[in-house]
Amino acid sequence: MNIDVTINGESRTIETEGHRRLLDVLREELGLVGTKEGCGEGECGACTVLLNGEPVNSCLVPVGQLQGASLTTIEGMAGSESLHIIQDTLIRYGGAQCGICTPGVALCAKWALEKEPDASKERLRELLAGNICRCTGYQAIVDAIVAAQESAPETSLKDAKEPGDE
Amino acid sequence: MVHSSKSGEEVTAKGSVSQSSVGKGLPRVDGDAKVRGTARYVDDLKLPNMHHGMTKRSAVPHGILKGIHKRDGFDWSQVVVVTAEDIPGRNTIVLIEEDQPALVAIGAPIRHHDEAVALVAAPSRELAHEALTHLELEVEEMPAVFTCEDALEAKVKVYGDDNILKTYLIEKGEGDIDAKLAACDHVIEGLYRTQAQEQMYIEPQGMIASWDEGRCHIVGSMQCPFYIQKAMCTLLGLDAEHLVVEQAVTGGGFGGKEEYPSMIAGHAALLAREAGVPVKLIYERDEDIAATTKRHPSVVRHRMGFDADGTIRAIDVDVLFDGGAYQTLTQVVLSRGVLHAAGPYKCENTRVRGRAAATNTPPHGAFRGFGAPQTTFAYERQTQKAAKLLGMSPFAFRELNMLRDGDSTATSQILEGSVGSEAVLSAVKEVAEAYALPADDENSSVRHGRGISFYFHGAGFTGSGEARLAGRATVALAVDGHFEVRSSSTDIGQGVQTMFTQIAATALGVEPDVVRVPSPATDRVPDSGPTVASRTCMVVGRVVNQASTALRERIEAWARENGFGDMPLRQAATAMAKVEGEIAETVQYAPPAGIVWDDEMYTGSAYPCYGWAACMVDVKVDLDTYEVTIDRCVHAVDVGKAINPVVVKGQIEGGTLQSLGWALWEDVIYHDGKVANDRMTNCIVPTFSDAPEMHTIIVEEPFASGPYGAKGVGEIPMDGPCVAAVGAVEDALSSLARSEGFDVLPVSPEAIQRAMRLES
Amino acid sequence: MSEFISPRNLASSLEARAKHPEYVPIAGGTDHMVASKDRGAPAGMINLFGLSELSEVSELEGGGLRIGACVTYARVLDDERVASRFPVLSSACREVGASQIQARGTLGGNIATSSPVGDSLPALLALGATICVASVDGERRIPYEEFLLGYRKVDLAGNELIVAIEVPVQHKGAVQTWRKVGTRRAQSISKLTMAAVAHLDDGKIAGIRIALGAVADRTVRAKAAEAALLGQSPNDESATRAIKALAGEIVPIDDVRSNADYRLGVAQNLVRRFVLSL
Repeated sequence: MNIDVTINGESRTIETEGHRRLLDVLREELGLVGTKEGCGEGECGACTVLLNGEPVNSCLVPVGQLQGASLTTIEGMAGSESLHIIQDTLIRYGGAQCGICTPGVALCAKWALEKEPDASKERLRELLAGNICRCTGYQAIVDAIVAAQESAPETSLKDAKEPGDE
Repeated sequence: MVHSSKSGEEVTAKGSVSQSSVGKGLPRVDGDAKVRGTARYVDDLKLPNMHHGMTKRSAVPHGILKGIHKRDGFDWSQVVVVTAEDIPGRNTIVLIEEDQPALVAIGAPIRHHDEAVALVAAPSRELAHEALTHLELEVEEMPAVFTCEDALEAKVKVYGDDNILKTYLIEKGEGDIDAKLAACDHVIEGLYRTQAQEQMYIEPQGMIASWDEGRCHIVGSMQCPFYIQKAMCTLLGLDAEHLVVEQAVTGGGFGGKEEYPSMIAGHAALLAREAGVPVKLIYERDEDIAATTKRHPSVVRHRMGFDADGTIRAIDVDVLFDGGAYQTLTQVVLSRGVLHAAGPYKCENTRVRGRAAATNTPPHGAFRGFGAPQTTFAYERQTQKAAKLLGMSPFAFRELNMLRDGDSTATSQILEGSVGSEAVLSAVKEVAEAYALPADDENSSVRHGRGISFYFHGAGFTGSGEARLAGRATVALAVDGHFEVRSSSTDIGQGVQTMFTQIAATALGVEPDVVRVPSPATDRVPDSGPTVASRTCMVVGRVVNQASTALRERIEAWARENGFGDMPLRQAATAMAKVEGEIAETVQYAPPAGIVWDDEMYTGSAYPCYGWAACMVDVKVDLDTYEVTIDRCVHAVDVGKAINPVVVKGQIEGGTLQSLGWALWEDVIYHDGKVANDRMTNCIVPTFSDAPEMHTIIVEEPFASGPYGAKGVGEIPMDGPCVAAVGAVEDALSSLARSEGFDVLPVSPEAIQRAMRLES
Repeated sequence: MSEFISPRNLASSLEARAKHPEYVPIAGGTDHMVASKDRGAPAGMINLFGLSELSEVSELEGGGLRIGACVTYARVLDDERVASRFPVLSSACREVGASQIQARGTLGGNIATSSPVGDSLPALLALGATICVASVDGERRIPYEEFLLGYRKVDLAGNELIVAIEVPVQHKGAVQTWRKVGTRRAQSISKLTMAAVAHLDDGKIAGIRIALGAVADRTVRAKAAEAALLGQSPNDESATRAIKALAGEIVPIDDVRSNADYRLGVAQNLVRRFVLSL
């Protein structure tokens, strides 16, 4: 079947079988390998993408469901020049170690802050709980998201809080 | 120096030399690629005509392989099948011994449920998977043994005549240990059991192999490229010249990618050789959980005798590890376990006996902490009980008995410098005094508790291991004027590339952005030894520092000779590179003087130095559901020097949560030697919501022979938070539950319920 | 070639279902797609996700709500009517998986899969929900309790689809309680769940429904415990009688997540705690 979809702002038509996992189509057909497979059963969140603005496990979505949808993968998160502020704070606070969960974490965090800009730390942890990270103990990721949250929206990256600023 | 950091507070070490990047929270050099998703892991790589490989496994825990049959009615024309007969070299995965085959041969024993028996490769994953279902095994099943205690009876033989993979004995003090214990005012005896633990790196294991004119090239997810090269040379009958192993960006290891990758690399290479095209072999999550190595289950009997004032007089420990079906790394893991078993306490009369037994379960292997978490759990449970028995504060009991500078360890090693024992304990004590535990209301459905632990961890290889390894690293001035650090130390997320960048930049006196640290490939880097044992910073970092210094001196000398003496080093280097081409300095590790180790008697300097740590965990326990919530976790760790405080803090926090997970939630359940919870749904690790806000305290008691004073940090955070959490649960339920109920891990809600039933 | 049909409306969905009973009806995919990598292609799929007729929450006469079968957990959580009238359902949805599963998983999907540990199911049972199913032959309305036939088995014919769940208005002043005991705090499969709804009249329990997950082959009502409480004052004595009755009516099992002892003991503790909270 032909699936018309907007991926990272670009309209595309994908010709494939509708039952296939979105994850496989992204990685194998579209070369968008920034989306990672950690478990294949919706447990780890490494394959998280934003589908019509909401976080989904791309290993659980049959690609046929994307007809007319809008999709953001990690490749579409940064601007052409600059990183998204969450990507920036993830680096500076040590929120990325091995990096395999990072694309999913970054996208889910972007959604969480857009959905609930004033979310408490505890609430942020709840919203991110579908993304498993085995390296960081989560603290540095939480700190990074909070730092991004505390920087006013639309601020340039230079204004973002530095680790250690209090 | 002590740096305290709560969520997002100050993490940059103060007082570092200006112009030096050491001690600063330099953003990770690989951070940009990782947050953009452009870092390429093995599964992201594609080679032309690449086929997909899969593994047929034994599916019985013990037996003899009688035959492998390709079923009719399936088109085998596009599928390559490899069995033991196709191995050109010796059928073994060489590590310490040669007991483990790469593929079980027909007529040979199957020793665990997930042994590789045959391999298939096909142009698509789907076809390879289908082919696997059409391969039939003929197996004569045999009785099996599944626990290390049963294995000691040797009714079923898995290894030799007695199933004993290794024994150790450490003795200190004259005379009979039983008599020494009998003479004490108090003796506490406990039997402690710990479970297997899955590393659960989020990137499953995988390799790609390709051949080019008799030369095999491997790229994949790994910790130790030279281990793989060595194992594959034996398996494929090749010399090292013909075998190149390259690390792809690796999505976590924690020990789990120390040794098993040799197996996968070997399999991929055999398939690629047979297929004549590159072969990618990526494990599915269930396969990874079921077949690859985990933390050794343990049974530790610990007796501790002490005076009425709390002074420890005698310690006797009996350590038993379940090695699984093959030797792999078990004897080395057990060694570290027994070397830490007496704890960071002064005691003149000590005996530690260690045994590892073989069972019909997949081999257990390396996991962060490497044997020490098991024995730390035992000795700190003992300490918790002793303090309670005497009515002493947990801090006072430890202050009375802790090893300090100049004291002698269980192996009679005299500690000389870099002993942060007092500093870490007092740092935690200070926080403990500042935050009181909430008072419990009798009618409430929750109870609060606090647990303390104190521990140490030897940095680097045991005894003379580092001298034997003789790790080397190269720092080069490339023709483009950049500096390149070449070592076999892999960045598996722990920040090696960033840390080496900082060490080299500081030694060279240049900005970090002109230093590159590429991922290792065996034909481009010297063998620095494996990326294990909290040795990378302390040992390889030291060599990188020395090589960088040597290179700087060489450039400075050249500049002086050529009239550029006033030029900044960076410019002089660029000029030199233009004239002289690439310049490289390679340095080999020389252990600090005075390290004397007797491998027969197990006495002397077990490690060049130790990291020290203390942890405090506050919990609440729900009396209806027996669920535990961690309210606070304070962890002080002496790392010598934090080369990069952000990276160090990340290491501590990551290890802390793995330890807390092992304490309360994580378990590997075996049914007749097969992992029953082989999916992430049931083989759980903590989520964002399970993890506490962490309060991390970096303590720096410099180690004279480490780079800028640094020693190991990778493993120690895994050793002790677990037992602090367990002590906290016991404390919360002090009058409601039986203490022995908390001597077995994990302290799950089900275990807490049982402990409360025992009491009532 | 595996066909993937995305019908434009309910009528054509039902036609597709009638024509291709072997095709998999799929909503959020969070059950069906699990570990689907090496399973091979299905005969076909009928995609229901986002179908407007199945994705709405509408008012029923008297204050109940009709929730479309393809309403996601996330939409349930965003609906203030559900939160104020049926907090037990909101709370249950909040603890299903985590954000990614909540964005995709649907109530209808949870009901169709009918796992004994399905998290929304005890809430629906305790609220006395009715399941609306439809086929080309018309619509049927079945009390949820009767809709549950056995282990992952529901009263749904091969040509039928679940279209909506009707949740009736609860007694004014009814107490609604949800407890999930998972393997961990989030993204977990339940060891045990309890949804309970009760109201008092003159100090006596005048109406009570207690539903439990993961203690039997399907989600169940604790009817013996309910009977022991009905007409009684909520106190230690009645609670003790109720949890004794409970032990005789549920059959929890040992599995890799927990064991029967724990499930029974915790179910008793939770029921007692609920009674004492009334």
